[in-house]
Amino acid sequence: MRQAVATHEAPKGFIRRYIFSTDHKVIGLQYLFLALAAVAIGIVLSLYMRLRLAWPTERWPLLAKLFPNAMAGGTISPEFYLSLVTMHGTIMVFFVLTTAPLGGFGNYFLPIQVGAHDMAFPVLNMLSFWVTLAGFLVLMAAFFVSGGAPISGWTAYAPLSAIGEIAGPGLGMGQNLWILSIALFCIASLLGALNFITTTLNLRTKGMAMTRLPLTVWAWFTTAVLALLAFPVLLAGGILLLLDRVAGTSFFVPGGLIVSDQILPHKGGSPLLWQHLFWFFGHPEVYIAILPGMGITSHVLSTFARKPIFGYRAMVTAIFAIGLLGFLVWGHHMFVSGMSPYSAIAFSLLTLSIGVPSAIKTFNWLATLYKARIRFTVPMLFALGFVSIFVTGGLSGIILGQTSLDILMHDTYFVVAHFHLIMGVAAIFGIFAGTYYWFPKMFGRMMNDTLGKLHFWLTFIGIYAIFIPMHILGIAGHPRRYAETVGFDFLTPLQPIHVFITIAALITAGAQLLFFFNFFWSIWKGQKAETNPWRATTLEWTVPSPPPHDNFGPQTPVVHHGPYEYSVPGAAEDYLLQTAPPAPAKS
Amino acid sequence: MAKTITSLTDIERIAVGSRPPGRPDDGGRRGGERPPSLPEGGYRLAMFFALASIGMLFLGFTSAYIVRQGLGGDWQPLDPPTILWANTLVLLASSATLHRSRLFLRHGAVREGLRGLSVTMALGLLFLAGQYGAWRQLAAQGIYLNTNPHSSFFYLLTAAHGVHILGGICGLGYITSRGWHRRLILMGTPDRLKHYNALVSAAALYWHFMDGLWVYLFILLFLWR
Repeated sequence: MRQAVATHEAPKGFIRRYIFSTDHKVIGLQYLFLALAAVAIGIVLSLYMRLRLAWPTERWPLLAKLFPNAMAGGTISPEFYLSLVTMHGTIMVFFVLTTAPLGGFGNYFLPIQVGAHDMAFPVLNMLSFWVTLAGFLVLMAAFFVSGGAPISGWTAYAPLSAIGEIAGPGLGMGQNLWILSIALFCIASLLGALNFITTTLNLRTKGMAMTRLPLTVWAWFTTAVLALLAFPVLLAGGILLLLDRVAGTSFFVPGGLIVSDQILPHKGGSPLLWQHLFWFFGHPEVYIAILPGMGITSHVLSTFARKPIFGYRAMVTAIFAIGLLGFLVWGHHMFVSGMSPYSAIAFSLLTLSIGVPSAIKTFNWLATLYKARIRFTVPMLFALGFVSIFVTGGLSGIILGQTSLDILMHDTYFVVAHFHLIMGVAAIFGIFAGTYYWFPKMFGRMMNDTLGKLHFWLTFIGIYAIFIPMHILGIAGHPRRYAETVGFDFLTPLQPIHVFITIAALITAGAQLLFFFNFFWSIWKGQKAETNPWRATTLEWTVPSPPPHDNFGPQTPVVHHGPYEYSVPGAAEDYLLQTAPPAPAKS
Repeated sequence: MAKTITSLTDIERIAVGSRPPGRPDDGGRRGGERPPSLPEGGYRLAMFFALASIGMLFLGFTSAYIVRQGLGGDWQPLDPPTILWANTLVLLASSATLHRSRLFLRHGAVREGLRGLSVTMALGLLFLAGQYGAWRQLAAQGIYLNTNPHSSFFYLLTAAHGVHILGGICGLGYITSRGWHRRLILMGTPDRLKHYNALVSAAALYWHFMDGLWVYLFILLFLWR
């Protein structure tokens, strides 16, 4: 009578097993491969932009084959350049930086790390992936509709984004598709976030107290809470924007607007309202991208320093503090919007106070490394790279967080350099660290070490070669989003810097081919991985590589130890698995 | 019979997406010997977070509403369509019937409880019809979505709320149809009923929230100036 489904069996058939699978591991891999496809497209788009900036008058008939309409004549028009900016930003922020660390690694490893057999709501989880994929396809479709992709940037500022095709190419159907894509992404993220939260709170195995959760789980959990509360606000803004565009309402479009010699029928709306709604989501989104990277970095640093993470509780508190403060600082994106100087000061102070939990994390990472016998494996190198880039990008954040400096720097390449380092590249380094670290668990084989190290050094040096000069461009007053760099006297002397950055970008992008090769080659040809190749402590290293369908089989693990018990005095090995029998009571 | 149960369990898993609760002899422990399964309170917890998210959606709309109203100029406050008062009463009544059926179910009176759920759904549909009636009333006066910002918000907020009510009706419909299945009435064990009540309880949380949300929207749109 009673349902005997305590162990859930692997579904039969290819489609239920690998396509419409409810297994969190398959879904995690689906997210990872989606992010891999998205990041490849995003990189290609950025190279198009870089080529345009370095050699503005050059014709690229070969490159034009990819975009025959938009690049007629082989040149990148300023309008098409803005489409590239928009699509690069949107793809990277949503479908790479959110999808890979949270949807990918989070789905795959959160249930295993808490000792569960799957997420709390596997079907919602599956839906979450498929809705994300639909969002991605809708976004890609924007390239192929009349007018092409939107030119309003990933921030889609109104009124440019709100008044339709009259404002420029891509602002017709392209912009509608953009909004639809983001709306789908919002809904998918909510489904995912619900699973993360419920699983963490309700499906932990015996002995897995909240204080024994790996810091990765804490990071995913906090990120899920941020996503849960931030994405609906973007959805609200997106709905209002869509109504302004298709239903003739006036939420964001001010009255009496004259575009292309036409007076628009809208009246009385506020473009600033869009900015508030967008950035109320947009700032937490930055942390949605970076927090999982922080979790992975903590995890990997502790593993390869062979030391417990320094200040576990402080780390957890800092994650929460960053998450909370992330909701209170959106105004720092709007310092030049004409906001009251009093609110600007409040936003500025709150922004700078994020430096405190960020510094707690940084110093705890350094303290974890202090006097450690560090093993410089590839994941460790990327985790160390994360710390370096997090500090570099964070320091320019302190500059931009101050109103008086931001007014000077706003909309220059200084801002581009800042957010690419702290949000883009740091998060990508977190993803790389996670990939190299968990690859043996996910695919049962090791990635090639030499190729990995080469990939790290080329990427690490390449990234700094790209973004440090951008700070200089910004300080020299170079505006961002300009496709045209030749017509301005004050930009002419800066042109060699653009050439340098582009060459660095080409080399760095080329280095990613090493990663792609290593990744796919190792899936089939890599050296076989044992259960616990890194001699790490958490639950994913107690199950076979790759883990079976129900992770732990009929026996769930019982946890007796914290997540980072390395080099415990008196222990036989220099690590204690979380499931290791408890130490006998001292007599 | 065993086969029926298995397939039903599968439907359950596909539709709700969770494993059924662990055996009663778990003794409340999770882990150790058997895979940890979602405790009954898990549904309510997940619903609580889902509602926090939905609440943020409407908070986003609210902040836009307040800012847009503050811009003045073209803002022309509407008078509430009279039918809205009736709609509000219908929705409040649906919460009452839902609460009643929860009490029935909790005490094992399955038939009465399920009947109450059906009445709740019917009242929900009536509410939606009434909201549509309110749209028609406004349209008859020549007030449309883009007539002025207040009418824009009226149509937007009622539509967004209506979509959520529709989702709630679908959810209740699913739960009710599962409940009507003979097994719950004829051979519902206390354990199975407890699991079912956990689902109903999460659905009720949603429904009451939507009820309260409507009262809030009504006040925001028409009473709070």
